[in-house]
Amino acid sequence: MHHQILFDQEIEELKGRIVNMGELVGRLIARSVAALAQRDKALAKQVIKDDVEVDRLELEIDDRCINLIAVRQPMAIDLRTITTGMRIATDLERIGDLAEDIAERALELAELGLIKPLVDIPEMAQLAQEALTEALAAFRNGDVLQVKSIWDKEKRIDSLRDHVQDELMATMEKDSSTVRKEIPLLLVARHLERISDHATNIAEDVIYMIQAKVVKHGGGEKT
Amino acid sequence: MDSVKDIGISEPQRIRKIDVFKLNAWFDDKQALKNINMKVYENQVTAIIGPSGCGKSTFIRCLNRLHETVSGARSSGDIFLDGENILRPGFDEVVLRRKVGMVFQKPTPFPTMSIYENVAAGIKLYGRYSRSDLDRIVERSLKHAALWDEVKDVLAKPGPSLSGGQQQRLCIARALAIEPEVILLDEPCSALDPISTGKIEELLHKLKKEFTIVIVTHNMQQAARVADYTGFFLLGELLEFDVTKNIFTAPRNKRTEEYVTGRFG
Repeated sequence: MHHQILFDQEIEELKGRIVNMGELVGRLIARSVAALAQRDKALAKQVIKDDVEVDRLELEIDDRCINLIAVRQPMAIDLRTITTGMRIATDLERIGDLAEDIAERALELAELGLIKPLVDIPEMAQLAQEALTEALAAFRNGDVLQVKSIWDKEKRIDSLRDHVQDELMATMEKDSSTVRKEIPLLLVARHLERISDHATNIAEDVIYMIQAKVVKHGGGEKT
Repeated sequence: MDSVKDIGISEPQRIRKIDVFKLNAWFDDKQALKNINMKVYENQVTAIIGPSGCGKSTFIRCLNRLHETVSGARSSGDIFLDGENILRPGFDEVVLRRKVGMVFQKPTPFPTMSIYENVAAGIKLYGRYSRSDLDRIVERSLKHAALWDEVKDVLAKPGPSLSGGQQQRLCIARALAIEPEVILLDEPCSALDPISTGKIEELLHKLKKEFTIVIVTHNMQQAARVADYTGFFLLGELLEFDVTKNIFTAPRNKRTEEYVTGRFG
């Protein structure tokens, strides 16, 4: 059936756009943290600028999804793919905003300087980016096995956040003169932890899409 | 697949109006239904979906024993209506058809009869009624079928003078006049425009409070809109039966998924 082939193409295109948006957002995470670590103002400004494209993609994907629902009246896997697509676009947009927030902190610290070279924060960024990549690969390929390690990564990111927090608070308690350099880092750790939460949301939505199983809010086994 | 229990439907306790066990049906040598086990719940709408030739019309025609009226057609198995086996030899099919009314794909008003006579035609077969009783039954049935307001001033006009959608509601009124318990509808909207279709669907929603409804439909959105339960038939077999939401959002059978997403059939 011709219209069916066309619909399959439209779904593939939708998935492609969402993966593109995810790749862009993944780069923004990496760049925002690189800008922070290297005190690179130009790179931080670029991240803030590129987030505009993320916002545009969210609207485009929403529009595609609404149009597909109206025109195709999708059922079963198609319906789940399209509704999941809309949710992923929302999560990606939020991640884009958080990367922008990190870039803002990078601009502040580019002026103030870092109290010491960053260790945990780049690792958090690396893990969050990997989790996002895995969730999107699972979405693209319809393969739940690809999200398997995301919950381990989320736990690791949470414990790194706690570690960063403890460390910064301890220094702040000893010497209040560096507080202005430390608060932004506390916020960055918080932003990265939130990014990881969004990546987890995406993974949960992808499981729903593939297996029609709700794993959100403790609703069952993750994989 | 076997019974609802086997597939773990966790719905509130429903009363089984119709219980179908190991139903087989043939047209001469050609087997049209294979070992169907299915429940129809009271005061619920059950939709039967599946591609052409899958046996869905044959299935509902077994529920009022219309199937066997075709030459060369036969069936085996058991169908219990309120616990009574309607396929048992000697079961009075006149009694059965009074309990189980049917509406067909194309509106079938009796061409030489007025609107009034069309509605009264069925009940007249079952006994003698005074004119005032007939008036009351005709009015009640037409109101039930959401047609009264449109025809109350033209009851003497011929049935076929109505629009297609009105004719179909006239046929529903005719089926309701005999006060059945179950109403079978075989693609009742396939010849209707979206507005008329919407009216029939709205009607089904109201009617299920008093009747048990089984509807065969080609229109999957229609099944999704009107039905509480949906059965998917393929090549004479019931491949999946579940609450409607599950059939259209998360079917368990691969073939159901392919059908509801339009990938075959």
